[in-house]
Amino acid sequence: MPSLTRWYIKSALIYLAAALLLAVILALPPSANLPLFIRYLNPAYFHLFLVGWVTQMIFGVIYWMFPIITRAQPRGNAHLGWASYGLLNVGLLLRVVGEPLVGARPEAGFGWLLAVSALLQWLAAVIFVILAWPRVKEKYRGG
Amino acid sequence: MPRLSQWFIRAAFIYLLSGFTVGALLLAHKGLPLHPALWSWLPAHIEFLLFGWVVQVTMGMAFWILPRYWQQPRRPNPGYATIAFVLLNLGIWLVVAGTTFRAGPWFLPAGRAAEGAAVAFFALHAWRRIVSREGT
Repeated sequence: MPSLTRWYIKSALIYLAAALLLAVILALPPSANLPLFIRYLNPAYFHLFLVGWVTQMIFGVIYWMFPIITRAQPRGNAHLGWASYGLLNVGLLLRVVGEPLVGARPEAGFGWLLAVSALLQWLAAVIFVILAWPRVKEKYRGG
Repeated sequence: MPRLSQWFIRAAFIYLLSGFTVGALLLAHKGLPLHPALWSWLPAHIEFLLFGWVVQVTMGMAFWILPRYWQQPRRPNPGYATIAFVLLNLGIWLVVAGTTFRAGPWFLPAGRAAEGAAVAFFALHAWRRIVSREGT
């Protein structure tokens, strides 16, 4: 299993645990008197689950298992893979921090955090598809 | 990787990009308002990523890596999986037409029915491939 896949899958497991922990907190009754910003973490919960866990797990397995391109460069440009991993995770974490900040204090001017988060995650997906697209093919038979 | 898996996975990648593009616009709009009409694309964002990306990439991978038969056809009843591919993609667009584009009250249930039928056809194909090494 390549190093990048190990990072993807271990990160995915951490996000799954974080998403489920957040789900418990979000399910607490109003009498728990949670801070205001917690209320704005519902979308972050969904995205920790679907981007952090599901999509990241799929990315890791694709990078590992899809047919290689050539023996010399089996999985394409590894730098692109690491760039996609970094952008996806920084973008997602920025969302988890930024969304409750913007929700609880819309006047504070943190809106740019969400725009940057959106751009980083979008770039991560574009780079991953560029990397993986040539590997959607028949098994490599040399040559 | 068989040809049908390539179709499933390439389509899944296109939906991943479409879903992330819509999602990025929606998230950016939360922070720096762009256009109020963007929110009508939320159902398309969800549909593209749940069915177009997650379900479709899973079906493509399953068609490829589930145990194969020793003799031809190595993957039994591939026609069922092809029908699943067509119905799934038809269903996604019917749902998007019924929600984001408000094309009419029957588009959403028709889309969901097509998606359900796609899953049923895929299960018909895959069921007999879910076996141990001994084929039991």
